[in-house]
This record gives sequence, C-alpha cells and structure tokens, in this order.
Amino acid sequence: MKSIITRRGLLKGTAAGAGVAALGSVAPTHFIKNAWAEEFRNDPTNKSAITLGFNVPQSGPYADEGADELRAYKLAVKHLNGEGDGGMLNTMKPLSLKGNGILGKKVEYVTGDTQTKSDAARASAKRMMEKDGVSMVTGGSSSGVAVAVQALCQEMGVIFMAGLTHSNDTTGKDKRRYGFRHFFNSYMSGAALGPVLKDEYGTERRAYHLTADYNWGYTTEESVKNTTEALGWETVAAVRTPVGAGDFSQYITPVLNSGADVLILNHYGKDMVNSLTQAVSFGLRDKQVNGKNFEIIVPLFSRLMAQGAGDNIKGILGTTNWNWSLQDAGSQAFVKSFGQEYGFPPSQAAHTCYVQTLLYANACEMAGTFNPVEVIKTLEGFNFDGMGNGPTEYRAADHQCFKDVLVVRGNENPSSQFDLLQVVQQVPRSQVEYDPSIFGGELGPYKA
Amino acid sequence: MIAPTTPRKDMVMFIVFAIAILTLPIWMAPLGGSYPDLLQKFAIFGLFAVGFNILFGLTGYLSFGHAAFLGVGSYTAVWSFKLLSMNILPAIFFGMITSGLFALIIGYVSLRRSGIYFSILTLAFAQMSYNLAYSVLTPITYGETGLQLAQYDPRILDAQATVEGGGIPLTNLFGLEMQGWPGFYFCAVVLIIGFYIAMRITRSPFGMMLLAVKSNQNRMNYTGLNTRPYTLAAFVISGIYAGLAGSLMAVTDPLAGAERMQWTASGEVVLMTILGGVGTLLGPVLGAAIIKYFENIFSAINESVLHAFFGFLPDFIENGLVNVASLFVGKGWHLTLGVLFMVMVIFLPGGVIEAYDRIRKRFFSKETRSSAAPQAGDD
Repeated sequence: MKSIITRRGLLKGTAAGAGVAALGSVAPTHFIKNAWAEEFRNDPTNKSAITLGFNVPQSGPYADEGADELRAYKLAVKHLNGEGDGGMLNTMKPLSLKGNGILGKKVEYVTGDTQTKSDAARASAKRMMEKDGVSMVTGGSSSGVAVAVQALCQEMGVIFMAGLTHSNDTTGKDKRRYGFRHFFNSYMSGAALGPVLKDEYGTERRAYHLTADYNWGYTTEESVKNTTEALGWETVAAVRTPVGAGDFSQYITPVLNSGADVLILNHYGKDMVNSLTQAVSFGLRDKQVNGKNFEIIVPLFSRLMAQGAGDNIKGILGTTNWNWSLQDAGSQAFVKSFGQEYGFPPSQAAHTCYVQTLLYANACEMAGTFNPVEVIKTLEGFNFDGMGNGPTEYRAADHQCFKDVLVVRGNENPSSQFDLLQVVQQVPRSQVEYDPSIFGGELGPYKA
Repeated sequence: MIAPTTPRKDMVMFIVFAIAILTLPIWMAPLGGSYPDLLQKFAIFGLFAVGFNILFGLTGYLSFGHAAFLGVGSYTAVWSFKLLSMNILPAIFFGMITSGLFALIIGYVSLRRSGIYFSILTLAFAQMSYNLAYSVLTPITYGETGLQLAQYDPRILDAQATVEGGGIPLTNLFGLEMQGWPGFYFCAVVLIIGFYIAMRITRSPFGMMLLAVKSNQNRMNYTGLNTRPYTLAAFVISGIYAGLAGSLMAVTDPLAGAERMQWTASGEVVLMTILGGVGTLLGPVLGAAIIKYFENIFSAINESVLHAFFGFLPDFIENGLVNVASLFVGKGWHLTLGVLFMVMVIFLPGGVIEAYDRIRKRFFSKETRSSAAPQAGDD
C-alpha cells in the first residue's frame, strides 16, 4: 500500500477537521446559552399562552373592592391581547407592549377567592401556582393577605404584583424581592394629610382613633398619629376594632364622652361604611366639643366606600391613590374604556390592579423573557408616566411606587352618583417620600 | 350498631386505604385536583376528621370547638420553626404536646356536662381561644396578620446561621424540603399511621367502652363505672389529632392565623364527619376530601370556564345554563356545599359510607344479607 497524500484527500481531511473544530467551538456556547436560560417555575416558553392569577376577595368585608379589581383585571387582559380600545396602552410611557399579548403569547387568567383570610388566600395562590401554572399572582384587598401571599410567592419564585394594600409593612418590614406595590401606603397618607389638617382644623385638637385590628390598621394609626402629634394634636385614645365587626356602636359610644373633638377612622371597606354611618347617626358631626366642631377623618378613602356611606361622607377628609375625575390622558383613557365595558367609572382599587398588570406585562416585554429574576431587575427603579398618577418610580430599595398623593373630601354637591370625592390637593411626590430604611425588613434573594 | 368485622377484613381495608391515599396524585388527575396543595389539605383535614371522629363518632360527644386545637398546633409549630429549628419533627412534637395539654384543660371542664351543654361549652372555649389569638395575645399570635417566619428568627438548633441575603429557609425533614410533593407524601404517611391508630382504638376494649358511653351512659354509671376518664381520654386523643393536623398545616405552609380557630373552622370538621359518615373509619376522610375539593376547585370556576364547558351548545341555551350554573360555583361554592349537605342529611344520614353500603346491598344482597347490619355499617 502506497500512502500518497492527494490534494483531494488533504482537502477532505482538513474540511472534516475544521468541522469537528467548529462543532467543538459551537458546543460550549450552546451549553452556556442553556445555562443562562435557567429554569424557573411555570416557564411558559413552550406554551402558546401565558396565565396570570387574579386572587381577590370575592366574599367578606372587602368583597366590593374585590369585584371591582376583577373587572379591571379582565379589562387589562383584553387590552394586552389587543382587544377593545387599548386603554392605557395608548398613554403609557415608556411602552414596549405591542397589543399582541406578552412576548407574542396570548394572555389568559385564572381567578380565586381570598375570602380576606390569609389561609384561604395562600391556598388559592398555591393552587394557581401549582395547578394552573401562573407566571404572576396579583390581587388582594387586605394588607394581611398581601403580606402572607407575598411571602409565599417569594418561596415559590413567582412574582406578586400587590393590588390594593396600604400598610407600610407590605413594602416595609415584610417586603420581598418577588413582591411589588403600585398603591401608596399609610406613611404617605399621613404625610399628605398633615398640612391640609393643619389648615382646616388648626393645631389644637384632641384625636380619637378607631383602628382595624391588623397590620394595615396599626401602620395607618401610627403614621397618622405621628403626623397629627407633630402638628400639636393630642391623641386621646386609640382603640382596636375587629375586622368585619358590623356593629361599631360599642366603640363609638365612648368617643362621645372622651373629650375628643376629632374621630379618626382607620377602617376600610364595609367596616368604614358601617363605622362612619354609625358615628354620624350617633350625632357626632353635629356636636361641639371644646368649642370646636366635631370632625371625622378617614385616612384611606375610596369612591366605593363613599358610595356605601351615602350622605355621611359629605365634607369628610381623607387620602386616595387615584380618583376617576382626574383629567390627565392616562386616567381619561382608563375611565373611558372601563366605562364602556361596565357602565360606571372604576375605583382606585380597579386602577391600581389594572396598572399593576400592565406594568408586569411591560416588564416582561422589556426584559425579553418571563424569567422572574430578569423581570424583577427590569421593574426595579423603573420610571414611567401616563398611568394616571403622573411621573412614577418603582423604587428599587423597597419595590414601592413613588408618585403624587391625592387629598380628597366627600363632595358636598355631587353632580352624579359617582361624583363623590372632590380632590382638595394633589400632594407632590417629594412631600411624601421617605427613607426606605425606616421600616426595616429585607427584600431577600433574587433566586427563590 | 356495628357490622361484624374481623381483623383480617380490617387489614384489607387498611391496605386498600393506604394504597388509595398514596396513589392520590394519579387518580385525582382526571378530576383536576392533582396538585400538592390540595392533596396536602386532603391528608391534613382527613387526619383532623379521623381524630374528631374518635370523640364524636365513638362517644357521641359533639365538640364544636375542635378548631382551637388545630390552631394551637399551628401556632406551636410555627414558634418551633422560629425559635428552634426548621426541622419539622420538633414542630410536630411540640404541636401535639401543647394541643394535648389544651385538650386536657378544656376537656376536664367541658366534660362535666353532656349533650348540648357540652357542645356549647366547647364552642365557648374555642371562641375564647379565637378571640385571645385575634386580639389579646397579639404579641404571641400576631393577631389578624398571622404568625409568620422572618429572616432573622433565632432558630437556635439549626447549625448554620442565617445567610446574609439568603432568604428564609424552608421547612424540612433532615434536609428533605417539605414543600410540594414531598410535603404531600409526608402528610399522607402521617394520615395512614393516624388512621391505623384510630382503627386500633376503635376495635380495642377502650373503643368498646367509648361506644358504650355513646349508647347509654346512665346505665354505665349505674353499674358503678366512672366514664369520665374514658371520655376525657377520647377528648385528649382527638385534641392531639387536631394538634397534629394543625402542625402539619404549618409544616406545609409555615404560617398560622387566628381564623384557623374560628367557629366556622370548628363547624367544618363536624360537616366533614357527618358528610362522610359518623362513627365510621373511612367516612371522615372522605368527607374532608369532598369539602376541600369543593372549597378549592368549585370556588375557582368562573364564568369563562363555564362558557368553555357549555361551549358546544347553542348560544341562548349556553348563556342560560352559564347564568344558572354560575350561582353554584365561584363564590357560590358554599351554596353547592349547603345543598349537598342537606340532601345528604335528609336522604343519607349515614353519609357517603351509607350510600356505599346501600349500593353494595342492592347489587350484592345475597352475599351480604347475613352480615349486613340494618343501620349504617362500619365500613
């Protein structure tokens, strides 16, 4: 056998060698790519649709808010899938969404009832994550529930976009890396109310608190107390009332003889409707104490509650995250499409839930992946505008949105059955901002 | 009352039960219930109901306050996670001990009365515990917010200190994390053990004594026998079962809330037992599974799901059916459960087990005529 190296043979050999070399050099990058596209829970990459979990109270004292939240979520899904008039997708800036779902996948949803109980809410959220394969859980109309579900979502590695939750704890001592809140909080309510209270009621007042007995009530009481005491007000007493009590007369009777001239109702939902109605029917607002008119303050106000309380809310001061009467383009677009869909204007609960859903979707689109680690990093420090509250920032240090806060008053002469709150002042963001470290707590790791 | 049974029959039933529980994930899949959280609940509330049945089914003492022990078990377990270790064994151990002590105290007082007075006493104690947990004992129970783990809990028995930025560790059994499927299998094994113990108690002389209390306590007293120690023992045992169930709830989901002690929770276990079949061994487990299935699956059905389900029908029929059906699902699941419960109590007072017995008798009447008892048979 003669071994002759022919030109053709040499070429073949070289080509094969080059091929092997090429394979060799391709393979590692292939592995690296796989390593980067890490596994995460409920990865929708191989599915045609992405599922979101809407976990709202459908029974219990916050059921009205829950029903309105669900309406907003359904509307958000419609807009994300390119149906309807697009709502805030027309006004949001910066916007990466294209109206074809999220990253080209159709948006679907599942719902659950939190019953305003931590246990039930967690069971419902777990079902969504384990059975229905949701990529994001959102909702809640109670801070107790929000904090419990948020901790669960951190454990499970699924993003939680908090709905209506106003306690400082949610983004304070119980904040989590996987939890985000667009809604404002008790601290901001207190800070925004302060100057208005000073103008309206002066600096020599005696305040009596009735407080819902859970974390939201505590932080609201604390924040408002800090504000009013800084004004020079005296706190006569702060009494805790059970959630869903129904009858508050046993708590209101002592107020009459306490020497207080301001009643602060740290209640929400049906509780606030009941306590305010009873306080008014006890004649508190017609009283004169210490030579001043007796006043009632509701730190967290909402139109739904105002509707429930009827005439009793006239002239009462409070704060709210958003109101449908705002005139900016984002609010108008949202009110218009919500009204067309359901025939009445949305509540602040509906607004925050709608915005949260859009923000999550937009962050996925921006990050180019559903991987929660990347989505979280995109949301942290995200600046946006055109969603009804003016320029807003998702602060990276505690996942709290910072924006203007509205101080409102129950409308004395409503022009319609929905025109119940009158905006007294739009308190700028700078006045309600605080240092994230004051509440303690820790976000925790990116990887669940 | 009791159908004749043999140890061999019991053994067969037990083995079938164990296999059925362990294969739950497979045969629940077509029913849309094959996910860890629901099956964990099946096992945990099954255990709760089995324990409740030792008191209610055997002695006839209807306790309306068993959720208090469930709650105590949960709180103790979470505190054990916070203070001692994320290992579940101490949590379960202390959960059972404290709930047993609670049951001893409450039982000692309540068992001085019987019938409706006993029920009211237990209800009052449970409401007291609930209100204590909800407001008075807030430093221990954290009230409405619920007791939760925190990043910097002491956890003195856990070797490695909390890692900076490492998140809260998960509950585990010597390193095996108790979330998801491992959590279910652990609960399932505990349920099977608990079921076996309940079976042995029912068949033991002690169990006979309890049944005698149920059928005629006066006659027992007249024969000079003091029944109090027996009823108290049954009360404490069922309290420990409830505490075990409560600590398992904390094991699979480390959080404890006061609503676990509310009277509705106490009522739920009564419903479970009656729905399944009072005094039977399998009944309470079945009842627990049915109620938890309704709570988790029916409550999650919304209108879009119904539209998909009835989608093959013409539009006007579809919309009509959806409107009617939506009353019974979603937030209306309580209504469905109520209707089911009424139908059961009116037509089948012996619960699911009686239904099973009737069907069996209709089809196999010749073989079982000699052994079948006229009333609700005992499995």
